[in-house]
Amino acid sequence: MSGLQIPMEHVLALAGLLFSCGLMGLMLRRNIIFMLMSLEVMLNAVALAFVAAGAQWGQADGQIIFLLILSVAAAEVAVGLGLVLQIQRRFKTLDMDQARRLRG
Amino acid sequence: MAGVWLIPLLPLASALLLILSTGKMPRQLVALLGAGSVGLAAICVALLARDFLADGEVRQLTLWTWLAVGEFTPRIAFYIDGLTVVMMSVITGVGFLIHLYSIEFMWDDESICRYFAYMNLFVAAMLVLVMADNLLLLYLGWEGVGLCSYLLVGFWYRDPANGRAARKAFIVTRVGDTAMALGLFLLFTELGTLDIQPMLVAANSHWQVGDSLPILATALLLGGAVGKSAQLPLHTWLPDAMAGPTPVSALIHAATMVTAGVYLIARTFGLFLLAPPTQEAVAWIGLLTLLLAAFAALAQSDIKRILAYSTISQIGYMFLALGVGAYASGIFHLVTHAFFKALLFLAAGAVIHCLHHEHNIFRMGGLRTRLPVIFWSFLIGSAALAALPFTSGFYSKDAILLSAWEIPGIGPWLWAGGLLGAMLTGIYSFRLVFVVFFGSAHTEPDRQPGWKMATPLIVLCVLSLLGGLLVLPLSGVFPPAAHPAASHAVEYISIGTPLLGLLLAYLLFLGRQLSIDTLADGPLGRGLSDLWLKGWRIDQLYDAVWVRPYLGLSHWWRNEPVDRIYNALVSLCQWAHHRLCALQTGQLRWYATSMVFGLVLLVAIMLRNAT
Repeated sequence: MSGLQIPMEHVLALAGLLFSCGLMGLMLRRNIIFMLMSLEVMLNAVALAFVAAGAQWGQADGQIIFLLILSVAAAEVAVGLGLVLQIQRRFKTLDMDQARRLRG
Repeated sequence: MAGVWLIPLLPLASALLLILSTGKMPRQLVALLGAGSVGLAAICVALLARDFLADGEVRQLTLWTWLAVGEFTPRIAFYIDGLTVVMMSVITGVGFLIHLYSIEFMWDDESICRYFAYMNLFVAAMLVLVMADNLLLLYLGWEGVGLCSYLLVGFWYRDPANGRAARKAFIVTRVGDTAMALGLFLLFTELGTLDIQPMLVAANSHWQVGDSLPILATALLLGGAVGKSAQLPLHTWLPDAMAGPTPVSALIHAATMVTAGVYLIARTFGLFLLAPPTQEAVAWIGLLTLLLAAFAALAQSDIKRILAYSTISQIGYMFLALGVGAYASGIFHLVTHAFFKALLFLAAGAVIHCLHHEHNIFRMGGLRTRLPVIFWSFLIGSAALAALPFTSGFYSKDAILLSAWEIPGIGPWLWAGGLLGAMLTGIYSFRLVFVVFFGSAHTEPDRQPGWKMATPLIVLCVLSLLGGLLVLPLSGVFPPAAHPAASHAVEYISIGTPLLGLLLAYLLFLGRQLSIDTLADGPLGRGLSDLWLKGWRIDQLYDAVWVRPYLGLSHWWRNEPVDRIYNALVSLCQWAHHRLCALQTGQLRWYATSMVFGLVLLVAIMLRNAT
């Protein structure tokens, strides 16, 4: 192994931190844009963990999964932003606490 | 005569034509068709009767086999003996007069077409009833007249009270009809045939006098007869059935239909001879009914209800006659009763017609000089009803009472009861005459009866007066009755009793030597007259015993106690659904949070299990 050696634990801790930040953002923010952004953060945290794990064991799988996550995230953003536009049109707001028509 | 089948067909065809015309036929044609078909049938019956009287031969005519199911092959077949000829003559003869009268009575009614259709259908059904060769065809006619009675009682259906009366008539007679249907089933299973004559022969060879099966079968038949003929305990429908037009009351509820029960018992008398207890029950039912109805008639104030109770009472006499084995006398009374009761009802209808639908006798009065034809009709009818000497009712009622006297043991009791009834008949019938036609006038008649009303009245007057001289061709039908050998004293008492009733009515209602008010004012008098006015409160009794418990039960079942179990399951699901609905808040953040906590929980559990 060459290059900058960062201990696995640090990387995983960073990934966990990022994931928690995203999760907190998802749970606490009311704006749908911010919620999507938090989701992106969470996805990237997971992707980071995969890359670190791939580097640790010298396997390409981690990077393949990273590419997969990247494309999934791109697709998700595409669909998500489309929905956001619709939400904005329909409810005239991006506050998710206001858009609760599915209440049982 | 070959055209016997024409007799029921004529009124039936006319009824069908009238129904199919859906009320668009002109009045003149409706009247011509309605009355003409029955008139033609009457002419056919007259020709048949002439032939029958000439040779006295029983005629049987099979038209076709109705249906064939194994052993059970009822036919559309007619059996015509003396009894049938007598009944047919009464139905078509009196029926024609009433149809003629109806033309004038119903002329202004908008649904005169419907009226004549029902009336013709009724005549056809009644003819089928009396001409039937087997009990199943008889039952068809039996139900047919019941249906027509329902339709005609509720003829003016816009008044809900009339509809109620019609339903009551239908339901109460249905109770009897059910018993009769059971009787037919029993007879068929035991004897293997419903053809009346072979059945009577088979009954005589299968059963001994006093066996339990004939007693059961006749009791069931009696149930049907009691319902149709308005005898105790199923008589309550008849006074209410007066809701129909008055000629209907004359035809159906006095002259013909209600006598169907009498006809049934007379037709199957061979069975009743095998069942002495039922035979005795017939006599007691007749006696009890004639007395209760006569007392009830004393207190009524509606002219038609008085006549209705008197009908019940007179049919009681016929049952009494059948019960003591005097079949010919019973049928004789049926015939004379048809004459004078049709006369009385038609005259009452004419009074009502001329007094713009006034029914209360105490608002009439003094009509003797104003409506002379009706007065004389009513007088003659009442005289015959009260069995004053030499009227038709006298001969028939006297024959019944003398036959009752002959019965060993209970005979004198039946005789005395019948005599008391005869006296009451005298009182109530002449009360009616005196109150309506004498005294001071309360309502002025606004018209006089026309010839279509007057002719039937006059013809029926003659028949009511002279009908007692008829000799009915019944000798070949019934076993010869023992010639009454009662002492002259018994006969004189029988003759004198109606006169006593007449005298009492005179003293109470015309001469006023006895004051009816002092009689009716005491606590006993008031209670009794109230009791009689309400027909012994039997309606209230049935209401309390049958109607209200039934309604209560049906209300209870309407909540469907069995369904409660399943409904409980449903409501449990619904309750859970509402609780779980609360989870679905529509809050995206709440969902995310829940997922996080769920995930955390799962991971925690997995970790705990792993260690």
